[in-house]
Amino acid sequence: MREITLSQAVNEALAEEMRRDPTVFILGEDVAEAGTPFKVLSGLVEEFGTDRVIDTPISEPGFVGLAVGAAMTGARPVVDLMFGDFIYLVMDQLCNQAAKQHYMSGGKLTVPMVLRTNLGATRRSAAQHSQSLQALVAHIPGLKVALPSSAYEAKGLMKTAIRDNNPVVIFEDKLMYQDKAPVPEEEYLIPFGEANVKREGRDITLIATSSMVQVAEKAAELLAQEGIEAEVIDPRTIVPLDEKTLLDSVKKTSRAIVIDEGHQSYGVTAEIASRLNEKAFYHLDAPVLRMGAMDVPVPFSPALEDLTVPTPEGVVENARKLCAGELIHAA
Amino acid sequence: MAKAKTNTEDYLRMYRQMVRIRTFEDNANQLYLSAKMPGLTHMYSGEEAVAVGICEALTDDDRITSTHRGHGHCVAKGAEFKEMFCELLGKAEGYCRGKGGSMHIADQSHGNLGANAIVGGSMGIATGSALRAKLQGKDDVTVCFFGDGATAQGLWYEVMNMAALWNLPVIYACENNGYSEYTKTEEIAAGSIMARAEAFGIEAHQVDGQDVLAVNELTQKLVARARKGEGPFFMELMTYRYHGHHVGDINRAYYRSKEEETDWKDNRDPIIRFRAFLVEQGIATEEEIEAMNAEIEKDATEAVAYAEKAPYPPAHEVDMHVFAD
Ligand SMILES: Cc1ncc(C[n+]2csc(CCOP(=O)(O)OP(=O)(O)O)c2C)c(N)n1
Ligand SMILES: [Mg+2]
Repeated sequence: MREITLSQAVNEALAEEMRRDPTVFILGEDVAEAGTPFKVLSGLVEEFGTDRVIDTPISEPGFVGLAVGAAMTGARPVVDLMFGDFIYLVMDQLCNQAAKQHYMSGGKLTVPMVLRTNLGATRRSAAQHSQSLQALVAHIPGLKVALPSSAYEAKGLMKTAIRDNNPVVIFEDKLMYQDKAPVPEEEYLIPFGEANVKREGRDITLIATSSMVQVAEKAAELLAQEGIEAEVIDPRTIVPLDEKTLLDSVKKTSRAIVIDEGHQSYGVTAEIASRLNEKAFYHLDAPVLRMGAMDVPVPFSPALEDLTVPTPEGVVENARKLCAGELIHAA
Repeated sequence: MAKAKTNTEDYLRMYRQMVRIRTFEDNANQLYLSAKMPGLTHMYSGEEAVAVGICEALTDDDRITSTHRGHGHCVAKGAEFKEMFCELLGKAEGYCRGKGGSMHIADQSHGNLGANAIVGGSMGIATGSALRAKLQGKDDVTVCFFGDGATAQGLWYEVMNMAALWNLPVIYACENNGYSEYTKTEEIAAGSIMARAEAFGIEAHQVDGQDVLAVNELTQKLVARARKGEGPFFMELMTYRYHGHHVGDINRAYYRSKEEETDWKDNRDPIIRFRAFLVEQGIATEEEIEAMNAEIEKDATEAVAYAEKAPYPPAHEVDMHVFAD
């Protein structure tokens, strides 16, 4: 199969959906000629014109509000939010407006919009350009949240997001834009709420999101050398969450580590871990462990920044302890 | 050039500060190109007269808020090369102990409240600083630097309204360099930026941001009036950035022409213009200026060498400073 970058995969998904549905349009800063600072959207304005690939002023709450209104009245906007960190600026439009319209109107209004943005540290971009804020939006009922872990997922999830009748937030890892993966030429969609078992194993389940899937896969390789067979699962969407696949795995392995790049406290890892505790408690041989980013603003210095994110070595160490039956009290 | 004043020391310091900014940026760019600097950075080169003209009208008690393009403000407000280069390289002796980097660089002891990686993010901070001055009966003034692109942020209109209602000692300084990232200002700004401030009853001035004396003269007047409770004020400073939006923005032809860049560099450079003025007025000789340039270059080279060898912060500092004691 051909291999393309995550960036190309997103570009293809948007182009295909824009060809299929004339109501789809893109809105954001420097999305047209510049094709975004990450060059993900290059070429789209040439094909679809400036009425469908619209450059906005630096007015995030404003243009997200515009997307909500356009979505409520018959369009399918895809908003480009240059950095995930800017989600704080648009919280009212996203969480009070987009997320609640369907419910508040008793099901009469819908907001079929996509907010595509990014996450991920270790790009030496400091505290306001490195955050992974998926937990913030996953907390809000009415928003769906997708976390693609490769080019394949990025394309399939984006197409599903655009066709979904709800506001969907997609976080791409900004360090993965140039990573290649096999992506079929033929059209495909990835349904929301279907986890992907990336690797099978009997001893421990590693549940990982976005780029942390790579971390978990690397850890699984290292663990295999020690005779520990780890199962790696990528939930792909955290809202909706495919509980069944996760529970089935944990019932088999009896141990789990959940890895996500958001801050560890009050985060995605905590939510998944507590669901496993609630629903698979009697199958567990060890507490479910959370591994998130350290609870600090992301520091600039490489010497500090690298300490803040989960690593394969860290996962291996924790997995070893869980499998050896060493109860881990405090982190 | 605006009219000559008598204080040659002030002039020489303004020249010196502009050259220090240019030299700092040339070295920073070099660090990026030789892959010694982590991450990206936004160069201030070309806009020196703005930061220097304004900051030379301020005291250490006056505050500024800076932007993602903040090295110039940082130098102009009194920072030293050594701590700045250390910060740029993420070293422990940097102004922010390596935690901030280029986008958060600031010498807080001289009243710099921080560079900011959120466009428009400092508008509330600057206005809040001015509110504090008023409440506490202090006569310090806060200058809020931001770009033309930042005028699209709604926050600005909220804080201008309050600043005007309460006569706060804040000066909004819009560095209009014609672009926000890869987009021309006229494509993102409807109507007139000056008129937006005026709509709140705020006195607005447009000034040639490549003329350090004009900037300085205007700022001095406005600062004096702001101290007496006559603020807020708005200044639109017409300027130009020589480099790309950030150091990685090399191929720019699709959004601005080479001719335009060359025109600004050759015909309106704030340093070349001011140097000619100093010589013409007999304030400094060519030799004295060359000597000053060389000394600044040497300072920078030494500071870079120092920063390259300086240690990174120790690991235990990673969760230090999350909360204040
Ligand atoms: C809230 C927010 N939106 C977008 C960005 C990305 N961004 C960084 S600088 C910039 C352009 C800013 O333009 P301007 O205010 O004119 O300042 P200049 O870079 O020209 O100095 C943009 C869009 C950001 N950092 N913060
Ligand atoms: Mg600008």
